[in-house]
Amino acid sequence: MTTPNVLITEVALRDGSHAVAHQYTVEQVLKVAKALNDARVPYIEVSHGDGLAGSTLQFGLSRTDEFELIEAAVSVSDVSKIAVLLIPGIGTVKELKQAAKLGAKMARVATHVTEADVATQHIAAAKDLGMETVGFLMMSHMADVATLVEQARKMESYGADTVYVVDSAGTLLPHQVRQRIRALREHIGANVGFHAHNNLSLAMANTLVAIEEGATRIDGSVRCLGAGAGNTQTEVLVAVLERLGIPTGIDLYRMMDLAEDIVAPILPTPQEITKDSLVLGYAGVYSSFALHAKRAAAKFGVDSRDILIELGKRKVVGGQEDMILDVAAELARAATSR
Amino acid sequence: MSKVKVAILGSGNIGTDLMIKLGRSSVLELTTMIGIDPESDGLRRARDLGYVTVDSGLKGFLEQHPDLADIVFDATSAKAHVRHAKMLREAGKKAIDMTPAAIGPLIVPAVNLDANLDVDNINLITCGGQATIPMVHAINRVSPVAYAEIVATISSRSAGPGTRANVDEFTQTTARAIEEVGGAKKGRALILLNPAEPPILMRDTVYALVEDGTMDEAAIARSIREMAAVVQAYVPGYRLRSEPQFEGNKVTVFLEVEGAGDYLPTYSGNLDIMTAAGVKVAEEFAKNLLSRTNAQGADRS
Repeated sequence: MTTPNVLITEVALRDGSHAVAHQYTVEQVLKVAKALNDARVPYIEVSHGDGLAGSTLQFGLSRTDEFELIEAAVSVSDVSKIAVLLIPGIGTVKELKQAAKLGAKMARVATHVTEADVATQHIAAAKDLGMETVGFLMMSHMADVATLVEQARKMESYGADTVYVVDSAGTLLPHQVRQRIRALREHIGANVGFHAHNNLSLAMANTLVAIEEGATRIDGSVRCLGAGAGNTQTEVLVAVLERLGIPTGIDLYRMMDLAEDIVAPILPTPQEITKDSLVLGYAGVYSSFALHAKRAAAKFGVDSRDILIELGKRKVVGGQEDMILDVAAELARAATSR
Repeated sequence: MSKVKVAILGSGNIGTDLMIKLGRSSVLELTTMIGIDPESDGLRRARDLGYVTVDSGLKGFLEQHPDLADIVFDATSAKAHVRHAKMLREAGKKAIDMTPAAIGPLIVPAVNLDANLDVDNINLITCGGQATIPMVHAINRVSPVAYAEIVATISSRSAGPGTRANVDEFTQTTARAIEEVGGAKKGRALILLNPAEPPILMRDTVYALVEDGTMDEAAIARSIREMAAVVQAYVPGYRLRSEPQFEGNKVTVFLEVEGAGDYLPTYSGNLDIMTAAGVKVAEEFAKNLLSRTNAQGADRS
């Protein structure tokens, strides 16, 4: 068997948690994780959509305790390694330790692209726990290339084995991905990864550009089961990379089968680029805001697109879901006073 | 009216902002600024303003000027405060701990200061705690709060290296205080940094779930407004961004804190609410000390 050149992390059980409003059950996770394991996907990420301890009123409460979900995924995985996401300020080292104890092997520590230093203690703790450690620079479009490099270097200095360019808003254009991945490859020694969102229908194109520039860690979500319009569709990516002669080590047929037979029935509606997802990419807004904006729009009788555009103008960052209600209320007040 | 002597330990942003606020107090007399770097901006300003300055730390102060303070603000670090707390207790000084060390009782002036006027060391929790716990308490005194969750969003520029290196301590200490001081059965705290330029004001959102069947929207809204006024009395830039929102048994409160712009810029509402709370605590301590001294004086006469 050839050694994979690109190692894929399947994020449907974490990023996809947004799309199902954090309602995953143990049974669903067992089925999906087992099928992904049998298809030999290297890493499967399992957490609340906003990472460990993300189950809150701010982001949405999990139906099932995420540690039960992590435990379930670990129990059916002998090939795949289970990864968890941790966003400092939301989750803490305590939850990371608990996840490691349950068998999670990879920690992905995420910060806003300019705030890497809040992850110092968490990256160090993940290394101490013997976990493979990823620094995850969210909303990478909000920093220029030099700042991105400086922040990636910080994450590397704290001990990250890999640093990801994360296009949380699905707003980066291919040439912007190229500049960013190229700069990281030039300036850091750690592996470089890329996480796309398909809000502008560019997830696949951007991922291919990232791989061309030397990214070796790539995120995908089967059936695009992720926030906004979802991520790079994993089963499609595996097929495309196979045609490009880039081995991923993943069994394409099994991947297609699980997408169709197991994941598709979980989706409340098929993932498509709705007007809200398109606006996320257009305005550069954190992808998980889409569903919250839709609910707030209904509550206040305003257009969800106006809410998202306004959030983009205010340079709101990931995690600021409370701003959605605030902005919706303001727009409603402005509309009545007109 | 006589004043109680105070000193500031730590000549960084918090210590220097405290210095400016203390200069306006009618019951506190700031005498000394204690630091370790004679070249620091805080010590230089303190010298210019005519205060005694000590650049050899707390040890130096206690050796050279032990009589210059009854109350000492500690604006250094949690680690240093562990040592300082012991030295101050042995010297018979009251300590107002501005660090996350949390050795003494957790205090929010608008909520539980009166019950803690006699302790020798108090802790001011976190900026997010100072901003949100009054609201948790305001809801809880009307309808028992089963769960309270707060989200503090501060500008990246106002988050110093201490905050950044200790985000876990921030969320954990705040969550604990939401329960112990705010009265919620279960507390959660989140902190977010926003790098937008120009820097955003500190924003806080409080979500509270009240016990089933206890919701009283009108009384809760009134209690929240009254509490906001109590906090505004010592943090003028503290305000409700809108009327509280109600949905089932959930109450949502949107807050904003604009700083007074003393030493720190106005966007640093997070730092301002800490220093303002510190001064408030010290003033109440001082009034308590003075009334006792006066009472003793009256006994003797």
